[in-house]
Amino acid sequence: MPTAIPGVAAIIAILRTAGGVFMLLVETLRAALGKWPRRRVLVDQFYLIGFRSMPVVLTTGLFTGMVLAVQSFNQFRRVNIVSMVGAVVAVSMVKELGPVLSGLMLAGRVGAAITAEIGTMSVTEQVDALRASATSPIRWLVLPRVAAAVLLTPILTLMADVVGIAGGTLICVGFLKVEWHFHYINMLDWLKVWDVGVGCAKSSVFGLLIALTAAYKGLNTEPGAAGVGKAATEAVVTSCILILVSDFFLTVMFAALKPDWIR
Amino acid sequence: MNPAAESQEGSPATGKEIPEGTPVLEVRDLRKSLGGKEVLKGVNLTVLKGEALVIIGGSGCGKSVLLKHILGLFKPDSGSIQIEGQDITRLHERDLFTVRQRFGMLFQGAALFDSMTVAENVSFSLDEHSKKSASEKREIVQKKLAIVGLKDVENKYPAELSGGMKKRVALARAIAADPDFLLYDEPTTGLDPIMSDVINELIVKLKKALKVTSIIVTHDMASARKVADRMAMLDGGVIIYHDTPENTFASDNDVVRRFVEGKASMEQMKEIWGESAGTAQESENTRRRKRPPPPAE
Repeated sequence: MPTAIPGVAAIIAILRTAGGVFMLLVETLRAALGKWPRRRVLVDQFYLIGFRSMPVVLTTGLFTGMVLAVQSFNQFRRVNIVSMVGAVVAVSMVKELGPVLSGLMLAGRVGAAITAEIGTMSVTEQVDALRASATSPIRWLVLPRVAAAVLLTPILTLMADVVGIAGGTLICVGFLKVEWHFHYINMLDWLKVWDVGVGCAKSSVFGLLIALTAAYKGLNTEPGAAGVGKAATEAVVTSCILILVSDFFLTVMFAALKPDWIR
Repeated sequence: MNPAAESQEGSPATGKEIPEGTPVLEVRDLRKSLGGKEVLKGVNLTVLKGEALVIIGGSGCGKSVLLKHILGLFKPDSGSIQIEGQDITRLHERDLFTVRQRFGMLFQGAALFDSMTVAENVSFSLDEHSKKSASEKREIVQKKLAIVGLKDVENKYPAELSGGMKKRVALARAIAADPDFLLYDEPTTGLDPIMSDVINELIVKLKKALKVTSIIVTHDMASARKVADRMAMLDGGVIIYHDTPENTFASDNDVVRRFVEGKASMEQMKEIWGESAGTAQESENTRRRKRPPPPAE
């Protein structure tokens, strides 16, 4: 049997998940073209996925920006360009650290919650009850969560960027006595609108991957409490890997769109 | 045997005008494998308009799987399910939604949406599929809850209800949109005997009051005896028997008789007691007989 060969079973499982997530994406897009669930369902998800994620994402952004400033300052001091620390913090936060770290934190918080909720609904036949009531679980459960994640992840990421840059500035100007004027000028000089746009686009994709993977794992939960726990763990691990892998390809893709971007 | 049970006649797809006793739901040679095991091995079953058909069978024999096929929640490997002449096994999920609007289902664990209140649960189908005003829907919710004997629970959440109340709310949800068919998956499982009887009475009441066709899957013989117009037994993935409740409870078919009497087979006894199964059981029976009667109060 092919599954007996080491690694083959894992590859088959990954391909099956990838295929399932892709089919769920198609179904979700189709559902998005039809009638949307009532407003309260959407508002609930926007609140849970967006507002309730703010503390964790903002904390991540703040401390990442601050630690980046401290580390960069130590390096840059040797070549006497400490006024560039702000630019490095801003560009790193907006291009990579903001989207990726926010994505990873949301995969843990939002992804696990989505899988646990939909998974519990699956094993207690609530998903079947939805279908029995002639309502598509994709329209009712998946679409609001995917919409909230796709729209709100970039906003949360932007908040993390702003807080991170502010934290970096506080460290640089407040504690490490970098000249505010040069810090500010360099930051503005190096940070481009395109970078902000790319960061937002990437985090939207990360939000999509998190919500779709979590919903897929939830809908395909094995029976029992252990099944829900296993599905939640798998959802978080899979989303984190997908974020890291897709980040590379998205970066290359955007670089190809605007070749001077990575210069 | 009931001749109607074997009827292969089709029926017009004209909804509620069909006279009672006409076949409205026909399962033909239904097969389904789950997890590499063939659960349904060619099920044949006919359900008549307005009757209450009880499907009995041991735990894990595929009764619930059969019920979920009827609702289109599972796709069979082969076979057909005709509802008033329309084969639902070939329908896409989107088209099945139209068919499902004619069904109400009571799930084994009630399956109430636990993020919604009782009123929101009951009015779910109405909110989704009807254009009724909020006040009309509120009135329907109260009426349906009253039918199942509940009041002043509209604003409670499922977590605040007892097992029996959850089942009744689920029943109110199932009948909210006035279905033509009601499917019950183990309606009395997990309930005390009195609450079980309340649910049984409700099944009978709903059948009479709403003139619905009911399919009840159960292994509760008291429930079957009370609600059934006809009984069918699923064993080994096929329907091995169907007849009236009276004939079923008096059946000389060994499997049916042991099931309705709740007796383990000799093979099962041997698994528990070993080769001394017969002797052990006999001595246990003798011991029970010799036990002195309890003192009169």
